[in-house]
Amino acid sequence: MVDPRLSVINARLNRISRIIAVSSGKGGVGKSVVATTLAFALARCGCKVGLFDLDFTGPSTHIILGAHQVQPKEEKGLIPPTVDGLEYMSLIYFVGDNPTPFRGEDTSNALIELLTITLWDKLDFLVIDMPPGIGDAFLDLVRLIHRIEFLIVTTPSMLAFETVKKQAELLCEQKMQIIGLIENMKADKSESVELGTRRLGLMYLGAIPFDPQVEEAIGKPQKLMQTSAAEALRKIAETAILKGKNQR
Amino acid sequence: MHEWALAEAILKTAEEVAQQQKLTQITEVVIRVGELQQVDSQILRFAISQMKHAPFEKAKFRILTAKTTLRCRVCGASWLFSRSKMDKETAEAIHFVPEVAHTYVKCPKCGSPDFEIASGRGVWLECLKGAK
Repeated sequence: MVDPRLSVINARLNRISRIIAVSSGKGGVGKSVVATTLAFALARCGCKVGLFDLDFTGPSTHIILGAHQVQPKEEKGLIPPTVDGLEYMSLIYFVGDNPTPFRGEDTSNALIELLTITLWDKLDFLVIDMPPGIGDAFLDLVRLIHRIEFLIVTTPSMLAFETVKKQAELLCEQKMQIIGLIENMKADKSESVELGTRRLGLMYLGAIPFDPQVEEAIGKPQKLMQTSAAEALRKIAETAILKGKNQR
Repeated sequence: MHEWALAEAILKTAEEVAQQQKLTQITEVVIRVGELQQVDSQILRFAISQMKHAPFEKAKFRILTAKTTLRCRVCGASWLFSRSKMDKETAEAIHFVPEVAHTYVKCPKCGSPDFEIASGRGVWLECLKGAK
């Protein structure tokens, strides 16, 4: 018996110019906020952008977007709705605010199903909010999406960076495309993450300052894009993604 | 209607299998559909008939359905999935992503959502018959 879904996944993504996976080996580093803000930043530069929440353990981009009362349209597959200018897909359309007690195999199957049935429009960028860590879901996405490029997020904490480093090393070993690393929620002038990133042979894309206004802007995209965190991310998007070359 | 997306995947996979097996004329394609996904066989069959191309023009597409057995990882109970007591929205959510059954279905014996979908999950290409 053959699983037919695997044969169409990359065909489903072939109208998308670039696929950026916002990843972190560690949870709680602000990956979902970075993914959502990055998607908005790219969209505000005139790009057509999709946002795909594949963090099934704790999907949260819909909260950041304030996306309520939206559903995909069913037409020979599922067409993602547009939320504040972004094509947006998430498991929350099917589970609402209920828990999703998935084991690894369930996560893999749900990922594959969504990749198979989602019909994206022609996009300049698809930003994926990746599952944290290097478990089944992460490995599946590395295996299944051929043109995936990684944007790695850490915080200044050495606990976060040491875990993120392992994910980065794994991606380097597998010769995956890595755009670089972002240091999120930076509150001091320490250079340890920047130096550590360069030691890995990766591009340090910059720091996003710790900004208490981000929390107040959750669910309010307009307000979110006025924060200093969004401004820092917009600069990173312009220099490292829109103009930059991949480092690996 | 997302049966169309599944039909496209079935045809593409069948084409790859036919190439691997060096089959030039396909007489039969057997597809197995698990009840959990509640795929509408008629729509699936129609979608395939509209999308099929060489070497499948004369192929018969046989769609078999499989009962869905769920097995509780906590107490070991096994039971058959049934959508009879399910509201339309829940059934539709499971139709699109069968794993979300873990959100809505509980073990009838102990109430746990930690169960295995032992059989009858989704759509599978079971076999191809044809001439080389």
